[in-house]
Amino acid sequence: MAKPKLKEHHIEREWCKGCGICIEFCPKNVLELDEKDKAVAVRLEDCIACRMCELRCPDLAIEVIVQE
Amino acid sequence: MAVRDYLRERFFPHMWCPGCGHGTILGALLRAVESLGLKKSEMVMVSGIGCSSRISGYVDFHTLHTLHGRALAFATGVKLSRPEVKLMVPMGDGDALAIGGNHFIHAARRNIDMTAIVMNNRIYGMTGGQYSPLTGYGALATTAPYRNIDHGFDVVTLASAAGATFVARTTAYHVQQAKDILQKAIAHKGFSVVEILSQCPTYFGRKNRMGSAVDMLRWFKENTTKIGSKAKAENPDLIERGIFVEKQLPEYCSEYDKVLERAQSGGS
Repeated sequence: MAKPKLKEHHIEREWCKGCGICIEFCPKNVLELDEKDKAVAVRLEDCIACRMCELRCPDLAIEVIVQE
Repeated sequence: MAVRDYLRERFFPHMWCPGCGHGTILGALLRAVESLGLKKSEMVMVSGIGCSSRISGYVDFHTLHTLHGRALAFATGVKLSRPEVKLMVPMGDGDALAIGGNHFIHAARRNIDMTAIVMNNRIYGMTGGQYSPLTGYGALATTAPYRNIDHGFDVVTLASAAGATFVARTTAYHVQQAKDILQKAIAHKGFSVVEILSQCPTYFGRKNRMGSAVDMLRWFKENTTKIGSKAKAENPDLIERGIFVEKQLPEYCSEYDKVLERAQSGGS
């Protein structure tokens, strides 16, 4: 099976409470909090689409969308 | 069906605090349900009272938000009247084991087909951080400012002794394992108990100076281990994760059908 390739991180800003769990446990340090304390994906090229952010997000605010 | 299709999105963002583990458990549960290919109309979620019990408001299944500690009693009624539906009963540690303790052990003893999920954050969060039956010896709580002197239950041992036919434990850090265990528990025919350690940064974490939600998740990572691991032999204080009991015994609804048959045929 080919490695999944990232298309985008769909982040529901209204749902994100800025706890920082996605940022801390991302193995590739892809995410950051912006000035409004919402998660944003800033280093997209480093993302390996492991979905750890999506699985751990307590606000169900992140979806990792991969290329078909 | 995507995970989000199982949600009642109109109630989002949810009411849990920033960093609360309960949302992660909700996510794991929905992924388990999705993997099993279950339809919304064939699942019933029954919950009691507490932070954890608010979970039933967020899932677009049949849901029942009932009395404190009584979720399993209501779920028993639903299951007996509609044995074909899948019952999920998420409860907090206080809800399941203090006021609901008797319902918990007796539902386990009956082996009625449902999945009890104990979302264990070791505190009563909704009412302000009072100690619960799982707070544990030596911990701090609003009602134990000089440290708790009650020992906590071991949910796994308790459920196993009470007769549950599927007993497992995981944490909100171990999300993949949480999904896999929930999937097996839901598919299991009989009473299944899944304890999931969940972080409460607002009360348990703050009172016990455990740091942020991230720090509490790291604590789960560092203080738990797989069942029977070498690490456990070297450090007995580690909490074991995995499936402790998985066995088949006659299920309550099937047995009840046999009682009806015997009564109606005039036999004994």
